[in-house]
Amino acid sequence: MVSRIGVVTFPGSLDDVDALRAIRLSGGKPVPLWHASDSLDDVNAVILPGGFSYGDYLRCGAIARFAPIMTELIKEVEAGLPVLGICNGFQILCEAHLLPGALIRNDVRTFVCTDQDLRVESIDTPWTCDFQPGQQINIVLKNGEGGFVADADTLRRLEGEGQVTFRYINGNPNGSFHDIAGICNERGNVVGLMPHPEHNVDPLTGPTTDGTLVFRSVVGFLAAKV
Amino acid sequence: MARVVVNVMPKPEILDPQGKAVTGALTRLGFAGVSVRQGKRFELEVDGELSEERLAEVHRAAETLLANPVIETFEVRVEAGRGDQQVAVETAEAAPAGAH
Repeated sequence: MVSRIGVVTFPGSLDDVDALRAIRLSGGKPVPLWHASDSLDDVNAVILPGGFSYGDYLRCGAIARFAPIMTELIKEVEAGLPVLGICNGFQILCEAHLLPGALIRNDVRTFVCTDQDLRVESIDTPWTCDFQPGQQINIVLKNGEGGFVADADTLRRLEGEGQVTFRYINGNPNGSFHDIAGICNERGNVVGLMPHPEHNVDPLTGPTTDGTLVFRSVVGFLAAKV
Repeated sequence: MARVVVNVMPKPEILDPQGKAVTGALTRLGFAGVSVRQGKRFELEVDGELSEERLAEVHRAAETLLANPVIETFEVRVEAGRGDQQVAVETAEAAPAGAH
């Protein structure tokens, strides 16, 4: 059975279509989901895509976090549903307290758009299990508010429990504490990252196809589970 | 009808790039020796009488949505009486009209 992977579109989402395409190219069945729906349409995993939900009003992700579909999502996360938040999706997951910490304006005070080197720090998640431990990859990063912050206790816990999933290497682009580019929750089913793997799935439009492994990971994970 | 103000500020230990940018611009303009941190002010017009419960509700609203307690602090303040505010609003509106 082909895994059904949902992508939620909020008002102001930008990268939902790219995420749907990345799922299709990686062997999954993409399922568009709408923020105002209260059903997840029986999908096996969910991606919260990048963009500027609700125009980034108030704080990035702060309003999207209370969208009707989020109630269902939060319930399913507790049951183990794999969820990936990319960029604005990561911000939404932090605002929803599904992931610890917060994302603030880049310390460089500019929007950053770059092909970013990363190291995969943990492969113990549904979204990273196809990578090699410590694998170095290059994925596009594009955001204005990507500085990951958390208090000292949270950082200690993230590092100690292997919850840092991706780390910036060869330079920290936005002032993120501990060069953190992506994290997961304690259980590992929820992952958030600032760089955009869905843009690195086709040699025509990116310098690498390293992003494909994120989507292949979850497709493989779900296939093994059935 | 009562007006309640919620002031939100980034926590002291959290970097405030907006405040830094404003500080830099002020320094360039010759306003030396000032350091700015930038927050947000929300004005809530609350229907009915402002009971303790209503105020507690505003507090919950601030905590739930207006501020992110991970990175921000907030304070809830009740504004002065309605009469004072009307005067203030009228003064503010009168100025542009007079400039015509």
